[in-house]
Amino acid sequence: MSNHEETLIRVEDLKVHFPIYRGVIRRQVGSVKAVDGVSFQVKKGETLGLVGESGCGKTTTGRAIVQLYKPTAGHVYFRDIDLVSLKEEPMRLMRKEIQMIFQDPYASLNPRMTVRDIIAEPLLAFGMATGKELDTRVKELMRLVRLDPDFIYRFPHEFSGGQRQRIGIARALALNPAFIVCDEPISALDVSIQAQIINLFEDLQKELNLTYLFIAHDLSMVRHISDRVAVMYLGIIVELADRNEIYNNPLHPYTQALLSAIPVPDPEHYRRRSRIVLEGDVPSPANPPSGCRFRTRCPKADEECEKGRPEFREILPGHFVECFKAEVPSPLKEVTFEENSILK
Amino acid sequence: MTDELLNVQGLETQFNTPEGIVHAVNGVDFTLKEGETLGVVGESGCGKSVTMLSILRLIQQPPGKIVAGQAMFRGKDLLKMSNEEIRHVRGGQISMVFQDPMTSLNPVMTIGKQLAEPLMLHLGLTKEQARDRSIELLEQVGIPRAADRLKDYPHQYSGGMRQRVMIAMALSCAPQILIADEPTTALDVTIQAQIVELVIRLREEVGMAIIWITHDLGVVASVAHRVNVMYGGFIIEDSLIDDLYRNPLHPYTIGLLGSLPQIQSEGRKRLYSIDGMPPMLYKKPHSCPFAPRCKWVVEKCRLVNPPLIEIEEGHRAACWVNTKDGSVRDV
Repeated sequence: MSNHEETLIRVEDLKVHFPIYRGVIRRQVGSVKAVDGVSFQVKKGETLGLVGESGCGKTTTGRAIVQLYKPTAGHVYFRDIDLVSLKEEPMRLMRKEIQMIFQDPYASLNPRMTVRDIIAEPLLAFGMATGKELDTRVKELMRLVRLDPDFIYRFPHEFSGGQRQRIGIARALALNPAFIVCDEPISALDVSIQAQIINLFEDLQKELNLTYLFIAHDLSMVRHISDRVAVMYLGIIVELADRNEIYNNPLHPYTQALLSAIPVPDPEHYRRRSRIVLEGDVPSPANPPSGCRFRTRCPKADEECEKGRPEFREILPGHFVECFKAEVPSPLKEVTFEENSILK
Repeated sequence: MTDELLNVQGLETQFNTPEGIVHAVNGVDFTLKEGETLGVVGESGCGKSVTMLSILRLIQQPPGKIVAGQAMFRGKDLLKMSNEEIRHVRGGQISMVFQDPMTSLNPVMTIGKQLAEPLMLHLGLTKEQARDRSIELLEQVGIPRAADRLKDYPHQYSGGMRQRVMIAMALSCAPQILIADEPTTALDVTIQAQIVELVIRLREEVGMAIIWITHDLGVVASVAHRVNVMYGGFIIEDSLIDDLYRNPLHPYTIGLLGSLPQIQSEGRKRLYSIDGMPPMLYKKPHSCPFAPRCKWVVEKCRLVNPPLIEIEEGHRAACWVNTKDGSVRDV
């Protein structure tokens, strides 16, 4: 996965605000700034990981890219076409190229439809196959996601969580999309099944030359599958860099805390390092802190951080960070993960 | 062994469902020493929660039924106690923290009332004493402005704070055993780290033994002294924490550890995956429950279920095959 300089998705200053209504006349009294100005690009053939805690806006970002939410402001370019400005019908046709896989394989499949109906639905909606051809294509898709084609007339409840997720993946692949938003596709699955699905994602990417936006809160899985990783906090991207760069050399205090909080399956590890344990909870996105959004929980915050929102700057080539305090470690050297966590 | 706090032998629990009898726990033996933290690891449906709920007799009967076994706690069998006796043990000497802090707190009762309830019931405190103690407890688990927040309802607390309240409640009567059933699973990583840190601190202050049920091998590595791995209603490996990660003996444990991505690794190795899925337990397994997914499987595995035997000192596993050289054990 190297030669992918062509940009497939370009997100510019995307904002999604949800209005809050109160009182009898349902007056708008405020808004939840779920996504408040994020910009990034996804290159063809790569996997961009989007991580953050619940409520940070990662799912909303994913949905706004697919235009399941109408963005409040900003642009989403797919091959230089601005999806936000598209009318309904051209956008519908665009969905052939852009698909989504959802988190909950129990809720995202209609329990009254057979596997055949579920996977065939997009094909029928776009008139891509009919009759015998349709069944052939559905079986082909089932084989592609390693499901037994003999199960074509079964219902979702007859499958395990991992198998259901495979059905969801087959449905997303039905139209030969170029880009797939994977919204926490493995969080609802058991550990031994997660590895199966992750391997499937990787195989499919190679076979079909797919581009993924992989949304998750499991940082170790994200590191495994992504080429680049973006970390979100309270509606903004605080840091974005190559997968190894961001894990070895996190520059935003939030990324540092997040990485040090990952449970590592190695008891030795806990004796060696000290954790950065953040105080308190994530503030409400309806009323985010002024200035830097992380300053209320940041161990490095001072008056400067109250003044305004820091610029999302490219601190090192390909390494973006939104923090006043972030510094390039000098002398520039390879800092290992453990050293970095202790540095604080 | 004098410092043994809890000794469970041959525990079997079944559920009578419309689809047939589910054999959730199929003969589990384990011990818990004083002050020890025992991790119980396994995937959904492996019987880890049912085992602990059975010990406290919190299984709804019917459809559930504890068919065999004993659970000796301070010389008495929890499974044979009268309802009156077991009620004193629950919440008093053995208490439990559940996974979902939203559904395990009563939404129409203030936090203060819910905290005071066990204090008045088990320790016989008066209302005022219970209130003062509640404030202390909330402070101990790190809730700011504790006195003001007693009047709040659970929905006014965040997920992490609710879990802190659950822990405060569980510790309120100074139990000897705290059973924590996936206490951090519903929480975000930074909040999860806070809760783990809190439990470790309280363990040092209070000195109780802990049974920590989880599916997360990472969380267990940070808290447990010893780990039991469960599969198909059996304990299939029992080991001290370091041995388990450095030297797993059961093929399932080996597979589980291999399927985790290494956060430190630069390269991109394909994840090891265990094929197939966990068994449905409609029949009591008479052969090794892991055999259909095991890559070391031999004929014997399909005929006789291996017992949990000590393979190395203090390290037990239920497997016929020596995974290091592929030889078959005869025991």
